[in-house]
Amino acid sequence: MNLMGLFRSPQNELEKGGSEEAGITNTCPHCGALLPLSEQWENLNVCSACGYHFRIGPRERIAYLTDENTFLELDGNLKSKDFLNFPGYDQKLRNAKLASREKEGVVCGEAKICGEPCALFFMDPNFMIGSMGTVVGEKITRLFEYALARSLPVVGFTVSGGARMQEGILSLMQMAKTSGALRKHSDGGNFYLTVLTDPTTGGVTASFAMDGDIIMAEPGATVGFAGARVIEQTIRKKLPQGFQTAEFLLEHGFVDLIVPRSEQKETIAKLLRLHKRGNA
Amino acid sequence: MGAYDKVLLARGKGRATGLSYVNNIFEDFLELHGDRRFADDPAIVGGLATLSGMPVTVIAMEKGSETKEKVRRNFGSPNPEGYRKSLRLMKQAEKFHRPVVCFVDTSGAFCGMGAEERGQGQAIAENLFEMMDLKTPIISLLIGEGGSGGALALAVADRVWILENAVYSVISPEGCASILWKDAKKVKEAAECLALTAEDMKRLEVVERVIPEDRDLETICQELRTQLSEELSALSALPPETLLENRYQRFRKF
Ligand SMILES: [Zn+2]
Repeated sequence: MNLMGLFRSPQNELEKGGSEEAGITNTCPHCGALLPLSEQWENLNVCSACGYHFRIGPRERIAYLTDENTFLELDGNLKSKDFLNFPGYDQKLRNAKLASREKEGVVCGEAKICGEPCALFFMDPNFMIGSMGTVVGEKITRLFEYALARSLPVVGFTVSGGARMQEGILSLMQMAKTSGALRKHSDGGNFYLTVLTDPTTGGVTASFAMDGDIIMAEPGATVGFAGARVIEQTIRKKLPQGFQTAEFLLEHGFVDLIVPRSEQKETIAKLLRLHKRGNA
Repeated sequence: MGAYDKVLLARGKGRATGLSYVNNIFEDFLELHGDRRFADDPAIVGGLATLSGMPVTVIAMEKGSETKEKVRRNFGSPNPEGYRKSLRLMKQAEKFHRPVVCFVDTSGAFCGMGAEERGQGQAIAENLFEMMDLKTPIISLLIGEGGSGGALALAVADRVWILENAVYSVISPEGCASILWKDAKKVKEAAECLALTAEDMKRLEVVERVIPEDRDLETICQELRTQLSEELSALSALPPETLLENRYQRFRKF
């Protein structure tokens, strides 16, 4: 497998147009450590000095989480339309496709994790920061319907900067639509695990991100409903350090566990095994 | 009238708020307080009433009319407790086979520190999740501002109606203009682009009915009383599985 092509980070030097020589380094935005890119990639894009988790896209997640060659993508060709003729939306979509190399803000599919079959969705921080539009909502809804029909658990990695405002009210309706689908999946006795990654905010937090039977989070991830800037404008003061982090949510009782990237595959597989149906 | 004029009307001084509809439509409204977990949120009012003799659970966002009242009600921006209270009352309605009527009027769920600490997102998410499966009819009326997820948390319903001059939007035009164009002066353009008027809601099939406002409040409420009892009777006659499947399909189409 070509790791160099697979593990890409939007923050690295290549993206900024730096030299393409091997031995190139990336600076950790958290601790400032200089990380050789190859080492960072091997370390699943986690800073080896401080444990900072870089944002990563769906394909990188699929690579470290799922058993090799088991991932079957679903609805990979659905694309958003500019149905409100919203100024600049077409261009934004084009840019997002280039930046993410994906067609939309979520990748859905079925795979095995340590031999355990499950349905999966991965929202994409590089596609308009996982903003929720009609196609994102539709793909997630279809995934829950697919999983319900096959009695599969769903594992969902959330990323969202908020609503796809270029799709107006229909973006908001996705919160209700997805809630309905995951409700049916849940009523069918099926397991749903959410993994909150950086950032998970807005309508996604206020719908399927917080509805998991078990809610996991990545260390340091920003998770909240309102954006920090909006809160600061409302209360007219600065937010304390660490407000709206995964650790903050754990402390306040809204997250079950925080699991670093290197341990996620094992932990998810364990949870899937514990929720396996019919072999109690 | 432009879309932004509608936004201003929806927010307008002197516009009837939740409790005026409740008091004009229902008989014997009895307010019930508290979420049984943390507090009572005055931004969301809930309780019991009768509608042409039929017991109903009524939930209304209330902005307040005078300054002091507005402050007490946090200008109609609910905290998590408000949503949790509404859910408690809805579950109670389900248990006693009462239909639910919701009145939506908020610029949005409150964006404060306490709201985040007590799980604003989780509270809204739980409402959406539970309302999708509430085995009793729900009708929601958008009477003023329908601000994003904070409004939707009372609008996962079998029927959603909107007043002619109310608006419903995923983000305020101000928020949209500042995020997308970094220019607060582009609010009018943002309002047009967002398609947030009652007319837009009808066209996009987000609502079943637009209630004309060219009459006084009492007349509007009289008509609503008739329409609500008719619609609730029809919905109550459906088997619960049909009711829920129709509700699912109502939102599945988006
Ligand atoms: Zn670091």
